[in-house]
Amino acid sequence: MNFPILSTLIFLPLISSFFILLSKDKTNNNSSIYISLFSSIATFFLSLFLWYNLDVNTSEFQFVEEKSWINNFIKFKLGIDGISILFIVLTTFITPICIISCVNSVKVRVKEFLIAILILETFMIGVFCSLDLVIFYLFFEAGLIPMFLIIGVWGGPRRVYSAFKFFLFTLLGSVLMLVAIIVIYWLTGTTDITQIYQIKIPKEYQNILWLAFFSSFAVKMPMWPVHTWLPDAHVEAPTAGSVILAAILLKMAGYGFLRFSIPMFPVASEYFTPLIYILSIIAIIYTSLVALMQDDMKKLIAYSSVAHMGYVTLGIFTFTKQGIEGSVYQMISHGLISAALFLCVGVVYDRLHSRMINTYGGLVNYIPKYSFLFLIFALAALGLPGTSGFLGEFLVLTGTFQKSYLAAMLATFGVVLGAAYMLWLTKRVIFGVAHNSEVKKINDVNRSEVLMLVTLAFLILFFGFYPLPLMETLSTSVNSLIYNYEIALKSN
Amino acid sequence: MFPEVFLSLSIFSILMIGVFIKKSFNIVFNLTSLIIIVTILIILSSSSDEEKIFLDSFIRDGFSNYFKILILLSSLFVLNSSKRFIIDSKLDKFEYPIIILLSILGMFFMVSANDLILFYLGLELQSLSLYILASIDRDNLRSTESGIKYFVLSALSSGLLLYGCSLLYGFTGTTNFELIAGQLNKENTGAVFAMVFILVGLAFKVSAVPFHMWTPDVYEGAPTSITSYFAVVPKVAGLALLIKFMYVPFSNILLEWQTIIIFISIASMILGAVAAMTQKNFKRLLAYSSIGHIGYALAGVATGAISGYQSTTVYISIYVIMNIGAFSCLYLLKKDGQYKENISDLSGISKKHPLIAISLLIILFSLAGVPPLGGFFAKFYVFVAVLEKQMYALAIIGLLTTVMSAFYYLKIIKTIYFDDSLITFEATKNRTAQASIFASCTILITFFLYPSVLNNLVKSLFVS
Repeated sequence: MNFPILSTLIFLPLISSFFILLSKDKTNNNSSIYISLFSSIATFFLSLFLWYNLDVNTSEFQFVEEKSWINNFIKFKLGIDGISILFIVLTTFITPICIISCVNSVKVRVKEFLIAILILETFMIGVFCSLDLVIFYLFFEAGLIPMFLIIGVWGGPRRVYSAFKFFLFTLLGSVLMLVAIIVIYWLTGTTDITQIYQIKIPKEYQNILWLAFFSSFAVKMPMWPVHTWLPDAHVEAPTAGSVILAAILLKMAGYGFLRFSIPMFPVASEYFTPLIYILSIIAIIYTSLVALMQDDMKKLIAYSSVAHMGYVTLGIFTFTKQGIEGSVYQMISHGLISAALFLCVGVVYDRLHSRMINTYGGLVNYIPKYSFLFLIFALAALGLPGTSGFLGEFLVLTGTFQKSYLAAMLATFGVVLGAAYMLWLTKRVIFGVAHNSEVKKINDVNRSEVLMLVTLAFLILFFGFYPLPLMETLSTSVNSLIYNYEIALKSN
Repeated sequence: MFPEVFLSLSIFSILMIGVFIKKSFNIVFNLTSLIIIVTILIILSSSSDEEKIFLDSFIRDGFSNYFKILILLSSLFVLNSSKRFIIDSKLDKFEYPIIILLSILGMFFMVSANDLILFYLGLELQSLSLYILASIDRDNLRSTESGIKYFVLSALSSGLLLYGCSLLYGFTGTTNFELIAGQLNKENTGAVFAMVFILVGLAFKVSAVPFHMWTPDVYEGAPTSITSYFAVVPKVAGLALLIKFMYVPFSNILLEWQTIIIFISIASMILGAVAAMTQKNFKRLLAYSSIGHIGYALAGVATGAISGYQSTTVYISIYVIMNIGAFSCLYLLKKDGQYKENISDLSGISKKHPLIAISLLIILFSLAGVPPLGGFFAKFYVFVAVLEKQMYALAIIGLLTTVMSAFYYLKIIKTIYFDDSLITFEATKNRTAQASIFASCTILITFFLYPSVLNNLVKSLFVS
C-alpha cells in the first residue's frame, strides 16, 4: 500500500485546525464546532478502517511508512501493530466526545479550545504510530504545549499552579529520556526501533538507559511517588482536558513500557521488576486510601486513576500473556471509564459549579437518567463483572499470581479498597437526602450529554461481555513480545 | 570582488550623502538595506573555494561566507523591523545605520581573519561601533550609562585579549593562525597561558559566564532597537571567532581549553536559567536567556569535534531567528507613544492581540526548546554532538537547565494567556516588524518538516 494512510491519520486533525483558524464566526462558534467534529469523526472512521484492515495474525509492523527526515541520521518512520491500533482507536474515539462535551462546558475562546484539542490529537496519534525514538520523543513532548494551554487558559482557580506543575514534572522526566535516546543512537547507530530490537543493547548500558526511560514514563503514568501532578492537573483542567488527560495521555506511558522499555532492555526490565512491583503495590493501596478521603469528586477520580495505573504497570511487568493483555485491556477500559466519570462530574459541574461531594446528594430523586449512568460507570470503575473494568483487573491479577503471590494478594486488597471509595462516592452523590436546595432545581442530562454517556456506557458493557475483538487484535503482538523477551533473557 | 571592499566604499559614500543632504535618515536607511542586500548577493555569487590574500592574513572560504551571510541577513531583519521604533524614539540620525554598517565591516574581518593582528583590528572596529550604538540615545541617562559601562568593561577585555595575542606571538613567533597551530603543543606553557587570556576576551564578547556582567545592564539600558542588534549580530560574530580559534590555532591543545569551555558552558547555562527567573523586564530577561543560550552553543564547541562546531553553527543560526522574532514583538507593544518592555505589560494580551500572543507563544516555547519547534532541534543537535564524545555530565546538566529555563518562559506565557487583560496597545501598522515576526514564526514551526536544511548547509564549512 503506497498511500501514506498513517500520516493522513496523524495530520488530518492538524490540517482541519487550520480551517478552524480561518473560519470566521463572530457571534457563535458553530462552524468551528462542526469542522472539528467532522474532522475528528472522519479521523475516527479512518482509524476503524485501519483496524479492520490490520492483519492480526502477524506481529510485524504494518502500514509502515518510511521517509528520510534528517539526512543519514533519522528516518520519519511510522507503523502500527496489534497493540498500538487499540490506542489509536481509543484516541480517535475520545476526541469527538471531548469536542461534544466542550459545547456545554467551554464558554470562552471556544475556537482556540478546539484548535488545541485537534493539535493535541495529532500529537497523541503520532505517539502511538511512531517507530523511531526521536519521532516518538517529538510527539510525546509536543503534546505538553496544547495540554499546558488547555489547563492554564480554561482551567479552574488554581490553574496556573497546576499547569506549571504538569509541564515541569513531565519535562523533567522526559529530558533524561532524550539523553538515553541519543546514547542509544551512538551505541547502535540507529534510532529506528525495529532495528534496535535486532541489535542487542550491551548489558552494562541497559540498566541506566532503562532508568532514563523509566523516569519519563513513571511521571507520565503516573507512578507513586511522582504522581502528585495528576490530581492537581485533573482538578483544575476543564472537563475535556481531564478526559483527554485520563483517557489518553496517561496511556502513553504504559504504551511506552510495552513498545520501548521491555523489547529494548529485556535484561534491565527483568532486573527492575521488583521495583515496579513495589511501586505499583504502593500506588494501588496508598492512592486508594487517599482517594477514600477526598471531598472533591475530580480529585477522587484522579487518585483512582493512579491506582488503576498501578494495575497496568503490575500487569506489564509480569511478562505473562494474561498480565500484559490484561494491562492493555485495563488501559483501554480505564480510558473509557475515567472519561465517562470525568464527563459525569462535568455534567453536574456545569449546572452547580461545584465539584465538592457534599454539594450533592440525593441526585437520584431529581435527575434519574444521570444517576443511572453514573452508577454504571462507578460500578465499572470498581471492576464489577460484566463491565470492561473487571476483565482488565482480573487478567492482571491472574498474571501476577503466576509470578508473585504476595504482590497479587496485596493488589487484590486494592480491589476491595476500589469498591469502597467508588461505592461511598456513589452513596454520597447519587443517593441519600438532598440537603442542598439547588440540587432540587437541577436539570437532567441533555441530548448531547446522553449521546456521549450512553455511547461510553454501551462500550463499557459491550467490552465487559465480549472482549474478543480487543483480545484477538492484541494476541499475536503480545505473544511475540513475550517470546522475544524470553529469548533475550535466555541468551544472557 | 571582495564584499569588504564594496562595503567600505559604500559606507563612505553614504556617509557623504548623510552629511550633505538634510533630513537624510530615510535615504541613508534605505540605502543601507540596499547595500546589505547587494553584499549578500556579492557573497553568494563569489566562489566558495578557499582563497587567501595579504600574506595569508585574510581568508575567504565557506565558513566565513556562511557567517557573513548570517550576519548580513540578521542585521537586515533587525534594522528593518526596528525602523518604526527608531523614528518614534527620535533616534533617526543618519549615523545610526552607518555605524551599524561599520560594525558589520568589523565583524567581516573577524570571521575572515587568519591572523592575530587582522582579527584584533576587526574586533576593535566592531567594538568601537557598538560602544557608540549603546549610548546613541545620548540624552537618556540609562542609555549613556549602559554605553559607558559597556565601553569600560569591553576595553578591559580587549586589553586582556591583546595581552594574550602578544604572549602568543612571543611564544610562537608568528601571528598567522595556521602557523600558530603548528607551533602549539602541551609543553608550550606560555602559549597555553596566552590561550586563557584570549578565551577570556572572547567569552566577554559573547557574554558567557563569568564575563557576562555587562549584558543585563546594557540590554536594559540601550534602546530596544540597539538591544536587539546586540543580542543577535555580535553574538554570531563572536561565536564564529571562538569556533575559529578553537578550530584552527588551538586545535592542538584541545585538552587544555576543553575544560575551560566546559566550565564556561555549564556556568552560563545555570546562570541563564536561575537569574532569569525573577526578572520583570522583558529585555533583561532576554539578556539572561541569551547568556543561557550561549551556554548551550558553547557546549557544542566544548566537544572539540567538527560535529560539535557544526551543531554550534546550527544553534546560533536558530537562536538568531528566535531572537529577531522575540524583539520584533516588543516593537508592537506601544501605548500612548511609549514602548512597553515590562513582562507585566503583556498581561492578558492574548484576548485583544491574539496574533502577537500566538507569535510570542511560538517563540517562547521554541526558546525553551520544546519540540516540535525549531529551538528543540538546535538543542537536539548540540546534545547529539556532546553525547557522541561521551560527555554525559555536560549533557545532563544542560538538559536539566532546559527544564529550569522552561519555567521562566512559561511564566511569560502565563502572563500572556492566563492573566487578565490590563492594557490595550495601539494598533500600530508596523509592517516590517510584523513581517519579521511572521518569518521567524514560520521558520520555527515548519522547521521540523526539513530539519536537516541547516545541517546540509553547515556540513561543508569545516574541512579537516
